[in-house]
Amino acid sequence: MSKTKSTVSKALAKNIRRNFVERLIEWALMLSGLIAILITFGIVFILVTESIPFFEAVSIKEFLTSTIWTPNFEIKNYGILPLVAGTVTITGIALLVAIPLGTITAVYLSEFASHRLRETVKPILELLVGVPTVVFGYFALLLVTPLLQKIYPDLPTFNMLGPGIVMGIMIVPYIASVAEDAMRAVPMAMREGSYAMGATRFQTAKTVVMPAALSGIIAAYILAISRGIGETMIVAIAAGQQPNFTFNPVESAATITAYIVSVALGDLEHGGIGYQSIFAAGIVLFIMTLSLNILGQWTRKKFTERY
Amino acid sequence: MVKKQEIIKAESKEFNFHYADGTHALKDINIPLYEKRITALIGPSGCGKSTFLRSFNRMHDLYPGNKYAGEIILYPDNTNILDKKVDPIEVRMRISMVFQKPNPFPKSIYENVAYGLRVRGENNKRLLDDKVEEALKGASLWNEVKDRLQDLAYNLSGGQQQRLCIARALATDPEIMLFDEPTSALDPIATVNIEELMSELKKKLTILIVTHNMQQAARISDYTAYMYLGKMIEFDETDIIFTNPSKKETEDYITGKFG
Repeated sequence: MSKTKSTVSKALAKNIRRNFVERLIEWALMLSGLIAILITFGIVFILVTESIPFFEAVSIKEFLTSTIWTPNFEIKNYGILPLVAGTVTITGIALLVAIPLGTITAVYLSEFASHRLRETVKPILELLVGVPTVVFGYFALLLVTPLLQKIYPDLPTFNMLGPGIVMGIMIVPYIASVAEDAMRAVPMAMREGSYAMGATRFQTAKTVVMPAALSGIIAAYILAISRGIGETMIVAIAAGQQPNFTFNPVESAATITAYIVSVALGDLEHGGIGYQSIFAAGIVLFIMTLSLNILGQWTRKKFTERY
Repeated sequence: MVKKQEIIKAESKEFNFHYADGTHALKDINIPLYEKRITALIGPSGCGKSTFLRSFNRMHDLYPGNKYAGEIILYPDNTNILDKKVDPIEVRMRISMVFQKPNPFPKSIYENVAYGLRVRGENNKRLLDDKVEEALKGASLWNEVKDRLQDLAYNLSGGQQQRLCIARALATDPEIMLFDEPTSALDPIATVNIEELMSELKKKLTILIVTHNMQQAARISDYTAYMYLGKMIEFDETDIIFTNPSKKETEDYITGKFG
């Protein structure tokens, strides 16, 4: 009798310890999750509090509708539109380059390339992700723009076209890699089904594999757009840092990130309205990427395929 | 061995198959497929049944390094399916296949069935409509889906999905249909449906089926081949294989002493 009792209490003690450890792990996991959330909230908090003084001096209406951004001039104007236009134009050019190139690369690697070729090419492609963006910036300024000037001599040294194209090249591996993963995740059984119907490789890729991987491919595009909007160095170096309200790719311009970096480099004194303006610009950038991420989540949910 | 007057639709002659890793998966296989009959391949796992079946539409071409030897002749035109000069796409247009797990495409029910015709360049709406209806009727799925042809195929049940795959394979009027364990992922009622469907289908075309279920082979097939370790041990009429096999190995397998 006493023997059974002792085993029971031993088992109970073990249980208590196990429950305690379980609880501890649970808390640790929750804490690490919380840290990420807290940091995000911290960023939003700082963006908002720091830009309050800015919006006390500059009305939101002016900020959102004025087409002149001249924080360094005698007569200061704070209209975000020129920076948004620069961001949208350069990102747009980049996507025109990166989406076709990245998608085609992904389709080739996933559906046509031999196993060996794919295992060789993909790591090389992903190396491109590791190239510092400063290098891409000078690549745009010193190589791509001069080349473009041979075709179009009136192109100014600082323009949106060159950095846009180079940004596109930089983004290609992001799209190719994520989209290729998505296409490779499509079960072989589905491809076999298509081949068994007498379809060619290309027909299978186009009409079966790509639709099946659509959510992943769209996620790749959205990741690329976010990456483009957030890109700083290429634009700061090669686009001219002149806030012009224009969507014309052969003109020079500044983007939101390029403006923020120029202020951070010390063009404007700390504490002034000009300095505060980078937080207002930051909010706009934050909202742009946040809405893209939400859009990405939404498309992902909407187009998720069950195999 | 074959008493009735049967027409041979296809025949493997001294057929050998090597996988890319060097495995000699099939050794000197000689099996005829009689026209408008169901031939079943039975045998323990890994005996090469599926490998053999998948050779009929050159499915192994998709993976580099696989090697065929010998012949698989398709009649009446005496085409050697395995000939390098024969386009595997041509072969797959004449010999369609239904897989173990239903594998509909991420498309509507209609587009799934129309797929084979679309890849052949057919875009005539009226012809496609007719063919889709005919194929879905042939796969006894029409009544269940006629009001929702534009629904995504994944909304169907497993058994319906498998019948959709049969309709898809039927839409292009194949001469031979290959079934690779078509009911192993289905519940008993769906299985009965598919079996009845196959008996209906053999009025029009020749069927080769791989099955793990010996009762299934006994129920639906006219001829049965017993395979073991990459070799064809015995081929005969199904009744004979199951009641009076001539080889001891076949009998052991049939009676459950082995496998």
